[in-house]
Amino acid sequence: MLRLGLLAAAGAVLVFLPFWVPSTWQNLLITTFYYAYLGQAWNILGGYAGQLSLGHAAFFAIGAYTSAVLASQYAISPWLGMFAGAALAALLSLGIGYLGFRFGLRGFYFILLTLAAAEICRLIALHLPLLGGYTGLFINFTPNPWQFQFQGKIPYYFIALGFLAAGSGIVWLLQRSKLGAYLVAIREDEDASEALGVDTFRYKMIAYALSAALTALGGTFYAYYQYYLQPNTVLHINHSVDIMIRPIVGGAGTILGPVLGSFLLELLGEFSRTYFAGGMAGLSVAIYGVLLVIVVLFLPRGVYPTLAHLMRRRRPGRAT
Amino acid sequence: MSLLRVTGVSKAFGGLRAVHRVSFDLAEGEMLGLIGPNGAGKTTLFHLVSGFLRPDEGTVTYAGESLVGLRPHDVCQRGMVRTFQIARPFLRLTVLENVVVGALERVAHRREAVAIAEEMLELTGLAGRAGSMGHSLTLPDRKRLELARALATGPRVLLLDEVMAGLNPTETGRLIALVRAIHGRGVTILLIEHVMKAVMALSQRVLVLNYGEVIAKGSPEEVVRDPKVIEAYLGEDFAGAEVGAE
Repeated sequence: MLRLGLLAAAGAVLVFLPFWVPSTWQNLLITTFYYAYLGQAWNILGGYAGQLSLGHAAFFAIGAYTSAVLASQYAISPWLGMFAGAALAALLSLGIGYLGFRFGLRGFYFILLTLAAAEICRLIALHLPLLGGYTGLFINFTPNPWQFQFQGKIPYYFIALGFLAAGSGIVWLLQRSKLGAYLVAIREDEDASEALGVDTFRYKMIAYALSAALTALGGTFYAYYQYYLQPNTVLHINHSVDIMIRPIVGGAGTILGPVLGSFLLELLGEFSRTYFAGGMAGLSVAIYGVLLVIVVLFLPRGVYPTLAHLMRRRRPGRAT
Repeated sequence: MSLLRVTGVSKAFGGLRAVHRVSFDLAEGEMLGLIGPNGAGKTTLFHLVSGFLRPDEGTVTYAGESLVGLRPHDVCQRGMVRTFQIARPFLRLTVLENVVVGALERVAHRREAVAIAEEMLELTGLAGRAGSMGHSLTLPDRKRLELARALATGPRVLLLDEVMAGLNPTETGRLIALVRAIHGRGVTILLIEHVMKAVMALSQRVLVLNYGEVIAKGSPEEVVRDPKVIEAYLGEDFAGAEVGAE
C-alpha cells in the first residue's frame, strides 16, 4: 500500500515537473530518464543474466540509423522504423551471442567479443556513404509528431519518461517470470543451472536479444532528440560505457539500480560541470571520474543494494 | 527392466584414461552405490551420464533412449538429475529461490513452482531457512539444499555425488535417513560415496571403480569382502573391522 502510494505520488510529481523547471533542467531530466531506460535494457543481459556487454553502443546505433535512414530514404515513420531497428539489433545480438555462447565464452572473453563487435560496427558506419560516414548523418527538422519530431522539450520529456516506465515495466515482469528466475540462476552458476534443466544457451540468447532490441528503441529516441548521428559518438566505446555505467553504479540486477544510477551520475556530471568547468580544461571530467571511483570503491554492489541493506538494518522488524 | 543402461563407456583426458569401458545397469527403484579411491573416475562417470561430458565410446541409454550428445538440461528434462560433489547453491539467492529454479523445470508459473519448492524444503528439513541467502548456509544445509533443488525438478533418477562428504556422524545419520525417505518416494538413486557407513546403509548393490575400470560389483556385503576391493580401496583394517563387527 505504502509502495503504491509512493509510486502514485512520484508519478504525479513527474507529470508536472517539466512545466515548473527551466529548459536546462528539462534537458537534464530527459537525459536522466533516457539513460535510465538504456541502463534498464542493459541490465537484462548484464545485471540479471550476468553477461557483461561492452558493446551495447552497436545496438543503440543500429536503432538510431535504421529509423533515420528508413525515414529519410523511404519515408517510413520512425515510430515504425524503430521496430525495424529493434529487429535488426536483435538479429545482430543473436549472431554475436551464437558465437560467444556456443563456444562457451565467459567473463572477460565475452566482454571482449562484444567490444570487438561494436568496434567493427563503428568502422563499417564510418565507411558507409548511406550513413554519412565521417561527416555524420543529419536529420532535417520538420516539426511533425508522426516523424518523431516535436517543438520544444516537453514532448521529449514525456516520451523519455514513457520509455523508462515501459522498460522498467518489462524488467518488473521479468523479475516475476520463469525467464527472470532462469537468468538470475545462470548469473549465479551456469553449470548448476544446466543440471537443473535450464537451457543456458537458449536463455542467454533470449536475454541478449531482448536487451539489444530495447537498446535499439532508445537509439531511435536519441536520433530524433539530437538530429545528428556520428559514428565516433554513438558507436564509440565511451558510449557503451555510458550505457553500462549507470546500472552498475546504481546496482546491477535490481530494477531500481539503473534509475538511481542515472539520477546520481547526471547530478554528479551537472555538479562537476557547474562548479569546476571554466577553470582548467578537463577538470570537471576529472572530478566526475574521481567521484565515480569513490562510489564504486565504497559501494561495490551498487548504491541501491547498499541502501536497501541499510534500511533493513534500521528496521529489523521488517525483513523482506 | 533397467532404467539406466551404461555400456562400454570410456573417456580419456589426453593420455589419462579416466573411465575405461564401464558398463552397468540401474533398475527402476534401485539404489546403487558407486565407490572407489580418489581419482578412480566416479565423478567423470557422473559427468558422462548426466551430459556434462560426451563419452569417447560406449552408450548411455535412459528409458530406452540414447543420452549421448544431449546436454545436461536435456538429461534433466528427461527425468535424471545430478547433484554436485561440492555443493553449488546460488549464493545470492534465497534458499526458497534456489529451489524454485529447480521446480520451474516442471511447471511454467512461479506460483506453482513456489508451492513445489516449499514442499521440498519441508521434506529436506530446510523450511526454517527458506528466507536465508544461499551463502549463509552451513555445509550440512548446503547439502540439503542441493538435494531439495534436485528433487524439485521431479526426477525419476537422482545422481548423488558425495552428499555425505564433510559431515560429522550425527549429520551423516540424518542425511542417510533423508536419502532413504527420498528413495521411499519412488526415486531411483545412484550415489557416489566415500562414507562407507552410508554406502552400507543405503546401497542395494555396489559398483567399485579403480583406475577408471569396474573391479567389482555385488551386494555391499560381498563387495567389502572382495580382496581386490580391500587392496584397492578399503584397506586391511577396514576389512578386519567389518568382519569382526558381524
